[in-house]
Amino acid sequence: MSSSDQTASTSFNAPDCSQIQLNEHGRLHHFLTPQNLSKDILTEIMDVAESFSSVANQAVKKVPVLRGKTIVNLFFENSTRTRTTFELAAKRLSADVININVATSAASKGESVLDTIRTLEAMQVDMFVVRHADSGTAHFIARNVAPHVSVINAGDGSHAHPTQAMLDMFTIRRVKKDFSKLKVAIIGDILHSRVARSEIHALNILGAKEVRVIAPNTLLPIDAKALGVTVFNDLESGLDDVDVVIMLRLQRERMHGALLPSENEYFDRFGLTEEKLAYTKSDVTVMHPGPINRGVEMAASVADGPNSVVLQQVTNGIAVRMAVMTLILGQNRQVVGAE
Amino acid sequence: MGQKLTNVGIQQALQGMTGELSALMKEKNIQDPLMVGIHTGGLWIAEHLHKSLALEKPLGEIDISFYRDDFTRIGLNPQVKPSQLPHSVEDQHIILVDDVLYTGRTIRAALNELFDYGRPQSVTLVVLVDRGARELPVHADVVGLELDLSPRNQVKLTGPTPLALETNRN
Repeated sequence: MSSSDQTASTSFNAPDCSQIQLNEHGRLHHFLTPQNLSKDILTEIMDVAESFSSVANQAVKKVPVLRGKTIVNLFFENSTRTRTTFELAAKRLSADVININVATSAASKGESVLDTIRTLEAMQVDMFVVRHADSGTAHFIARNVAPHVSVINAGDGSHAHPTQAMLDMFTIRRVKKDFSKLKVAIIGDILHSRVARSEIHALNILGAKEVRVIAPNTLLPIDAKALGVTVFNDLESGLDDVDVVIMLRLQRERMHGALLPSENEYFDRFGLTEEKLAYTKSDVTVMHPGPINRGVEMAASVADGPNSVVLQQVTNGIAVRMAVMTLILGQNRQVVGAE
Repeated sequence: MGQKLTNVGIQQALQGMTGELSALMKEKNIQDPLMVGIHTGGLWIAEHLHKSLALEKPLGEIDISFYRDDFTRIGLNPQVKPSQLPHSVEDQHIILVDDVLYTGRTIRAALNELFDYGRPQSVTLVVLVDRGARELPVHADVVGLELDLSPRNQVKLTGPTPLALETNRN
């Protein structure tokens, strides 16, 4: 996988995306991170996603809403799962989709990214969906595109993965309804996880009662508490009484150096087994963004068990991405007399 | 000054529509149809008709926001709701219900959405109000009230209880 982010994860300071994400009417124009967005905007994304969930029941699984729009999936980092759901979301909205995988070299990236963007912009593209191994790339592109072009961050380094966070929020809301009563534990490689960062932001914005992270100190950022979480180093106390457990994938491709003794030892201490699950509330919801390393992060019996919503997460990912694309491309329109 | 048609007048119209629709179903030999209301006002009307006709299949509801022809002009309706069809539309007799029939564009969008769910046997259109001024070749099979309004006037159904029609006609 990626080889270009040797140190990005530990030293990275998040860019302030709060201004650039909204247009002059306060509506979503780019979606780069949930950080600093309002509860209303996150709730609107989930509400619209709810409406799109019925499209999958149609014989023709397509609505014409983005007919004539062109969306480019610009992936500088490999991802089958995320790219597929973005592609499917765009196609179900009747947009035209182009997938571009760019092998990147760290040395020339600044210039080559902009060159790529300029070239595609000249083809009248309406939206870029960007994934890159370096934190801040989507933000960089958003600052440099033409005003009518929008950017969705599909994962940048260790910074943010906003649509993954929102599909998890949508999944949680469908099962648990009310965030204000929820204790949510995020377990695993917090240090390298853009998913964890975006989820912590989203959960706090939506008013979750408590957000916990459970990980060995080697897989926690130094300033973990500053994210607005309670930190635990062991599963037993961290899982006590929680409503939702979000497991993270061990990102072996991002680990350099001896952060873990071994995968077996990690599973012994932090792997989610049915035994460990007994510490949580009995109606706990278990989530994982995929792909799962079975027997490393969680036992197969938990991944496939009755509390797991792993496959619902995948299904919901399409509706949530449809919602974000439509909300963004449905802004900035001049209001004329509707029927 | 606006004119207000209250609950009482609408109840009368609904009664008339029930009778007319019932007769039409008999004439066209429509048995056990699938009634579908268009969000939001059409659904309120459909709820009344569904009840008074004692239809067996549960009521369906569609939101046509994703099928509008003016998305690029006015953007997404933020109050969009999920469409829910409790029964397959394939080979069914559909009774489509809306509150106000005006340009015909909403009905065009609703038909497109319905056909994305399958191929109905027939579609019958029922509206509470026909205010004329069509821009598309659409006509309703059952009409509760006909109002002659200028394009400057608006008519709006408020509800669900009580149902009231508000116009700004002088």
